[in-house]
Amino acid sequence: MATKTKKEIVIPGEIISKNNEFLPGDWTMKQGDDIIATRIGIVEKYDKLIKIIPITGVYIPRRGNTIIGEIKDITMNGWMVDIGGPYSAFLPLRECPGFIEQNDMENVYGIGELIVTRIFDVKRTSIDLTMKSRERELGKIQDGMIVRVNPHRVPRVIGKEGSMINLIKNASNCYITVGQNGLIWINGENLENQAFAKRIIEYIVDNTITEGLTENVEKWIVENKPASIKTVSKEVKVEDKE
Amino acid sequence: MVYKITRKNVLEAVNKEKRLDGRGLLEHRPIEVKFGISNKAEGIVSVKMGKTEVVCGIKMGVAEPYTDHESEGTMMTTMELLPLSSPNFEYGAPSIDAVETARIIDRGIRESGFIDFEKLCIKDGEKVWSIFIDLATINDDGNLIDVGALAAILALRTARFPEYDEKTERIKYGEFTDKKLPLNEGKMPLTTTFFKLGDKIFIDPTREEEGVAEGRISIEMSKPDKDEMINAMQKGGDAAFSAKEIEHMVEEEMKMFKKLNTLVEDELKKAKKGAKEK
Amino acid sequence: MAYTKRYDNRKMDELRPTSAKVGVVPNADGSAMFCQGDTIAIAAVYGPKIFNPKHFQNPEKGVLRVHYNMLSFSVGERIRPGVSRRSQEISKVTEWALTPLVLLDELPGTVIDVHINILQANAGTRCAGINAAAMALAHAGVPMTEMISAVAIGKIDDKIVTDVNKEEEDYEDGEGATDIPMAYLSNSEKITLLQLDGKIQARRLKEALEAGKEACKKIYEIQKKALKEVE
Repeated sequence: MATKTKKEIVIPGEIISKNNEFLPGDWTMKQGDDIIATRIGIVEKYDKLIKIIPITGVYIPRRGNTIIGEIKDITMNGWMVDIGGPYSAFLPLRECPGFIEQNDMENVYGIGELIVTRIFDVKRTSIDLTMKSRERELGKIQDGMIVRVNPHRVPRVIGKEGSMINLIKNASNCYITVGQNGLIWINGENLENQAFAKRIIEYIVDNTITEGLTENVEKWIVENKPASIKTVSKEVKVEDKE
Repeated sequence: MVYKITRKNVLEAVNKEKRLDGRGLLEHRPIEVKFGISNKAEGIVSVKMGKTEVVCGIKMGVAEPYTDHESEGTMMTTMELLPLSSPNFEYGAPSIDAVETARIIDRGIRESGFIDFEKLCIKDGEKVWSIFIDLATINDDGNLIDVGALAAILALRTARFPEYDEKTERIKYGEFTDKKLPLNEGKMPLTTTFFKLGDKIFIDPTREEEGVAEGRISIEMSKPDKDEMINAMQKGGDAAFSAKEIEHMVEEEMKMFKKLNTLVEDELKKAKKGAKEK
Repeated sequence: MAYTKRYDNRKMDELRPTSAKVGVVPNADGSAMFCQGDTIAIAAVYGPKIFNPKHFQNPEKGVLRVHYNMLSFSVGERIRPGVSRRSQEISKVTEWALTPLVLLDELPGTVIDVHINILQANAGTRCAGINAAAMALAHAGVPMTEMISAVAIGKIDDKIVTDVNKEEEDYEDGEGATDIPMAYLSNSEKITLLQLDGKIQARRLKEALEAGKEACKKIYEIQKKALKEVE
């Protein structure tokens, strides 16, 4: 196996910059001339900004994120959706394409069903969702498999310009939609292909903090691919870039 | 929180007789046993099946015997579903799951004759030893009955008496003897719970799989002589079982018993070796 | 007989063998095990999550809930399962100790549940519990301004000792035994847990607090190392 080296993790309260060298970004706080981390994670520097990339904990919702949520309740003007974490998310009727009658709402998105949706607005204690989009595949999930991962591992599952996600899709012959909130939808022609895609994702998630992840994943796929899966080499479009 | 789509996946996997983690229907997850995690208990063990972990502690006390069993020791089994181990467990009075699980495990041990209660007598009609079997969940990923039952047996097998001062009639807690509990090892009961989904039967479910199962039957079996003995049975859940299904489970349980028996003896040998090497 | 040498031959300012591990409860958002000598504490954090029922919610900031309990087999004489008055008190002082660290303003309407269970008790259980809970909170990604470390300082006879064990707690000669559990914040060095069981001359308290500060610094290093090994 290729050598694994872990990136440096900092813990809450640790000083990550001194003497006003940087400006405080996400999950950091100024303490006099120093900047401390307020969350366990990896330090990242962008020009003059220093921030923490969290590696554990709940999902942080951002406008424009594609996520997967579960319908919890139906009200007069929309659906209450559980997207994980301590947020209440709401999908207003007016944010759905087409005309939906009030007593038809349960048929469109029923309680307990999963939807691929987009975050439209983030308020202090609530989130608004939308199903309107030009390119993204938003809608109800009918078949396939759902995997839950730590939302902070999602960028690694997608990879640079979608490289990792394409690797998974090609190796398992499945369509994969990644929700930024850590829910991933796998859709393939049979259970075995889907189960394999799930295992690749679990491997990635267990090894995100190491260097050389892509080579390790490629090697793992070669070592573990069931004979029954035939890869069709196709160019799959990148779903998410965030 | 098991999504509808996950229920579909589990159902399909079970019907195809190949579960999502690649196991067969009658296959256990990896079982891990750890002894000696606390030196305060007269006996203690942690058992893991996959990600499920249950700790069993044995505590001894002295008490008056029951009036209808004047020369026999007593036993009490308790199961704590710690809120630490799952977002679904709450504080408060023990839930029916905790109570039922403890009672099933208790019956199997009591009926089997595994513990020689008469040897727990200190003074006829006045003083006897009490055995407390205390189970606590550390992480719940399904199959708590079987993991708890296995932990109870392993803890009992490795427990020893604390020092007892005959004059003051008090236990010297913290001081242990080398004397093991009076057990009839040949009568050791082992438990497997069989879960039903459609017409398929499976064991050792994850929490996801257990959430989808329609019903279950727990069978506690021992082999005191050439005949296997069933010491406890419990059907749980709404499903209805055919007599044929139940007979099939009993047959499978005999196989499971052999497997678990070997596991127990192996783990105890390992533990003894480890203790000698220290 | 004066207490000149510790029962387990430790130096007066020496901690018992201490170890820590993160991630021991896979179901939890964050979890940790902390062993101080023979005392073993496990903590698990669930949250931040929406606080229901709604009328419990604080629209201004999040709520921290702490439950501490000892398992029945963690001590010599069995403890009946369930909540006791002692565990209720410890739950509350632990909550007060941890709350200043957490950026609850950034988590309005939410609740964070901290569960602490003691697997094996040999004095210093509430301190081991706090040490484990702090790690579990950090592991869970809860935003915090610093870490917290706790230790039980004792006055055994006339000696100030670090990390009291059960034997020392039971010492009866001379000035007897006094147990002073305390917790220090890692950066500000402020104290958020302080209790006293026994008695101590007022002029000697400073010595005890100093001993606690030094001990907590060492404990912090152990917590930090374990957290950095998170997978």
